[in-house]
Amino acid sequence: MTVDEVREAILNILSDIAPDEDMSSIRDEENLRDQIDLDSMDFLDIVMELRKRFNIEVPEKDYEHLATMSGCVSYLQPLLKDRQLAS
Amino acid sequence: MVHPLSPDQRIVITGIGLTAPNGNNLKEFRQSLLSGRSGVRPFETRYMGKVIAGVCDFDELLYQKRKEVRRGTRAGSVSIYCAQEAVRDAGIDLGGVDRSRVGVYVGVTEHGNVETENEVFNISQYDYDTKFWSHHHNPRTVANNPAGEVTLNMKITGPHYTIGAACAAGNMGVIQGLQMLRLGEVDLALAGGVSESIHTFGIFASFKSEGALASHEDPTKASRPFDRKRNGIVCSEGGCLYTLERLSDAEKRGAKVYAEIAGYAINSDAFDFILPEPGRQAECIRAALKKAGLAPGDIDILNTHATATPQGDIQECKAVRSVFGEGSGVWINNTKSFIGHTMGAAGTLELSGNLPAFDDGWVHPTINLDDLDPDCALAGLVANAPKKIDRVEHIMNNSFGMFGINSVLIVKRFRG
Repeated sequence: MTVDEVREAILNILSDIAPDEDMSSIRDEENLRDQIDLDSMDFLDIVMELRKRFNIEVPEKDYEHLATMSGCVSYLQPLLKDRQLAS
Repeated sequence: MVHPLSPDQRIVITGIGLTAPNGNNLKEFRQSLLSGRSGVRPFETRYMGKVIAGVCDFDELLYQKRKEVRRGTRAGSVSIYCAQEAVRDAGIDLGGVDRSRVGVYVGVTEHGNVETENEVFNISQYDYDTKFWSHHHNPRTVANNPAGEVTLNMKITGPHYTIGAACAAGNMGVIQGLQMLRLGEVDLALAGGVSESIHTFGIFASFKSEGALASHEDPTKASRPFDRKRNGIVCSEGGCLYTLERLSDAEKRGAKVYAEIAGYAINSDAFDFILPEPGRQAECIRAALKKAGLAPGDIDILNTHATATPQGDIQECKAVRSVFGEGSGVWINNTKSFIGHTMGAAGTLELSGNLPAFDDGWVHPTINLDDLDPDCALAGLVANAPKKIDRVEHIMNNSFGMFGINSVLIVKRFRG
């Protein structure tokens, strides 16, 4: 997956978890929780979806890397670089 | 005549929110009951394929965000829809109400089976690795979930809980609300019952194993209480919650009143896990009459529990016959013949379908009664077509459940 594809994969997950939110205006450097309605259970959903969709295990100490879109991409892209974005 | 109870002890129904397989508000539901429209249809369930069920089609997104629906349960969505509709129907603006004085009392047959089955199925897709088990499982399956979802959605900070009482639960939600109002614990009760049971395959499979699951080539004819060819229960989802208020409060705000709760009773058979016991059922009916200060002849409409199991219907008929005899003048009907068995919702929902009779004088029938079982031949049974009667002063609902839990509710025409 390219950086753009990783971003798209994260957006797909966020769209499922926060279906009432407009994802088109996400600013990558800003905290996700300041932009869309996400609470701690939603964050656990993100972790669960990464596990289900990509078999990626995010340890609790790394949750902070998922705070922004750019943080998510830089943390996940190395783990996903050899994977294909599901169509 | 001076009423024996003071206005702060008289409890009235001022709002009704409901979803049934054949209507998403009282008007639609009543029209279906008077026009013979069933709400039973084919339904897919996990592992068993096609079954038949009563399915509701209310719009969950009317009162919930998509995320709330995703995170919560079907029972929660049914409860929220009914609670919001009841408050709206009652003309209550919750913005002007002390929400710490509102109680939410939701009767349920069971809760958590749907969500647990879903999670077991989910991890079966991952070789039963429990790290894929959802963190939402606990909040979805705690017994107070349906009532709790109502409080989150409506920002109600008073007490909330469910009343687990098998298929007697709907009436018991109402009874609980009434008691809390009389005790002065709350000023407004959202009370009744709900069911999401059709979303668990287990309820169908268990009734089938008991030999108590209805089957018929035409789903709308499958639920046939009192008929010789009845062969079991049609499982259904549904919900009905009332706004209950003390008459003194309802009068202060000029509320419309559907009915006043006249009497109620709850007892236990202490007899069997699943088989009913007509002696205790009759005692429950008599106890409710006594509490209401009424004789059997005062009841104009008796809405029966009968679920169309071969034995259960006969047992209830024995109980009814022993209390009402042959000449009490009571008119008898059954709502499950239209919508199947809405389990925890049944008592409140079925009673609601009869409340308009206070105004229009029509008794809705029991349908699908083509060949009356002689053991179920009750005097006054209204079969297949509605019956117009002269006066409706009192309506009784019977709701009975597993472990021999019996609940009877009597409402009366409201006179200030």
